[in-house]
Amino acid sequence: MTGFYFAWDFLPKLAQGLLLTVEITAACISLGFVLGLLLALGRVYGPRPISIPCSVYVHFFRGTPLLTQLFMVYFGLPNWGVHLSALTSGILALGLNTAAYQAEYFRGAIQAVKRGQLLAARALGMSRLQAIRHVILPQAFRIVIPSWSNELILMLKYSSIVFSISLLDLMGMGKRIAARHFNYFEVFIVVALFYLVLVFVLSQSLRWLERRVRVPGLGAPGLR
Amino acid sequence: MGFLGQLGQVGHYLPMLLRASLVNLELLWALLLIGFSLGTLVALLQVYGGRLLGTLAYIYEWVFRSVPALVLLFLFYYGPSHFGLDIQSFLAACLALGFRSSAYQSQIFRGAIQAIPTGQMVAARALGMSRPRAILHVILPQAFRLAIPGWSNEFSSVTKDTTLAYAVGLNEIMRYAKIVMDRQYELAMATFIVVALVFLAFTYSGNALLGQLERRFRIPGLQMPGATL
Amino acid sequence: MNALLVVEDLHKRYGREEVLKGVSFELERGETKVIIGPSGTGKSTLLRCINRLTEPDRGRVWLDGVEVTSPKTNINRIRAQIGFVFQDFNLFTHLTALENVRLGPMRVLGMKKAEATRLAMEELARVGLADKAEAYPAQLSGGQQQRVSIARALAMNPKLILFDEPTSALDPELIGEVLTVMTKLAQEGMTMIVVTHEMGFARSVADEIIFMEKGVIVEQGPPAQLFSSPKHPRTAEFLRKITELYGGEG
Repeated sequence: MTGFYFAWDFLPKLAQGLLLTVEITAACISLGFVLGLLLALGRVYGPRPISIPCSVYVHFFRGTPLLTQLFMVYFGLPNWGVHLSALTSGILALGLNTAAYQAEYFRGAIQAVKRGQLLAARALGMSRLQAIRHVILPQAFRIVIPSWSNELILMLKYSSIVFSISLLDLMGMGKRIAARHFNYFEVFIVVALFYLVLVFVLSQSLRWLERRVRVPGLGAPGLR
Repeated sequence: MGFLGQLGQVGHYLPMLLRASLVNLELLWALLLIGFSLGTLVALLQVYGGRLLGTLAYIYEWVFRSVPALVLLFLFYYGPSHFGLDIQSFLAACLALGFRSSAYQSQIFRGAIQAIPTGQMVAARALGMSRPRAILHVILPQAFRLAIPGWSNEFSSVTKDTTLAYAVGLNEIMRYAKIVMDRQYELAMATFIVVALVFLAFTYSGNALLGQLERRFRIPGLQMPGATL
Repeated sequence: MNALLVVEDLHKRYGREEVLKGVSFELERGETKVIIGPSGTGKSTLLRCINRLTEPDRGRVWLDGVEVTSPKTNINRIRAQIGFVFQDFNLFTHLTALENVRLGPMRVLGMKKAEATRLAMEELARVGLADKAEAYPAQLSGGQQQRVSIARALAMNPKLILFDEPTSALDPELIGEVLTVMTKLAQEGMTMIVVTHEMGFARSVADEIIFMEKGVIVEQGPPAQLFSSPKHPRTAEFLRKITELYGGEG
């Protein structure tokens, strides 16, 4: 019973942390979306001077640990004269990381769109850019939704890593409360429950969204 | 001092960093072992375990996939001391990340098992094989082959996630990188880039090996279903 | 009881549909029975109930005096004595032809690898595929796959073999090679039950024909009698239809 009352006391604090978790996740996934899309387009349609760097970027960020990337941004960039706040560093590092993964999903989706689609668009007199924008991407977005949903949920969980640069997200707030009361077990059981509920709600809503946009003719722009 | 000069200075710390990376590799082996065996078991229970065991296996998978790795690490590291038990960070990391990986691997293996046509099981049973025997000799050898692409992805994730054990004080490479940084802050970027390169080497050689394994065990003439697991 | 196989009053229902409504027959050693009848009349279910790949709801089966359907019987031991050849072959995808054939002897009968290999090579030679021992199923034609699967059944030295429409999944030009192997087996005295639409095979190889429709045996008898003067109008009608469809002698 003491555990229960104890938990009751720190719930508001955890809720505050949860808010930051959601904000960081939303920010980094959006950053990753834009950057990932550019990287994918660069890899598929870019000339070699563009496609090769894009490719290197993707391989680097997919092949190295997220924690290392976070420390590069937060502790490393000041070596190069770039000083960012912890929050900005966290969002930037997570965003750069998920961009590489999203780029791969987008690339797969773009390449899954039939080649005839581009030809047909060009035959109508569209420019390459127009064809990509109005014909290829709307189809690719629809294909990419399931993997993109997975990535979003993955980032929600991995955002907990920002506690290591002393941000007070759900994880960081949990750590602080636990350290103060020296009661890690009970606090982190509650933190785990928070994440379970969060992941459950998010995955259910994404599934609902998937069903909505799967309707023919509706397309996937709603995703943005 | 230029960046190249800094990299050169990190060179002095390289032996120490590489030694620390052996801890990551040790942890990696343990995680793959736990994840593979437990993941196979969970997948088998999900497919063949009947209602009760099957449901439990699904709940297990769901919990360990939904809770972030860091939260699991804290639970397994600090949890036992709550009950008066002391646990080392390496063991805590093995359990937390191992169970987590087993949940992801069970998803991969379950998909692979379910992708095998039912006729294979029926034919094995018709020969007089018991169900466990049919699973061992007919189902699993095929399922593991199908699972290699999905498993390669999981291998990469687990390799990189060994650094998360940093959070419970394991003496692995990130911890030593941080020590280097605390001693000479101007080397921070160079040090972390070196760490990143070490991991690129790990993930690349691992994936090359798995690619070879996949080619080696590819069944001649057979079109494998895509890696959509 | 002298018959090798006795089937007594088998019943099987899937949901509301009764697929088998009391089927009984006996099979002597060395006999070849061919079961014919329209699709979906329970022929395959009947075969699968004999070695309990499908559990019958009611009725009993004896093999060589042992009750197959008794809960006390070790069904795996019974199945090891009954060969089964599937419509879609079901060769083990990850094993070569040789490995497919020797898997049962090794893992079910506990035979040593060298001995099982020798046996498997003999059986492959028997179906004319000794040169394909190292090929994987996906590298073989449908006819070759089906012959390997017959070899796989033979390697267990079974008391009888059940054939479930063994040529239905084959391209027409590949049917002959499989029927040739089966004819040879029958002539060598193998006990067989064959569900098939190949009337030519039925007429020339069967010792007895069973005509099944809607879950019951409508008529049974020697091929000469059943084909030339069927007693039951349903039999006559089926034979007329199948002759139109498959072109008589098959």
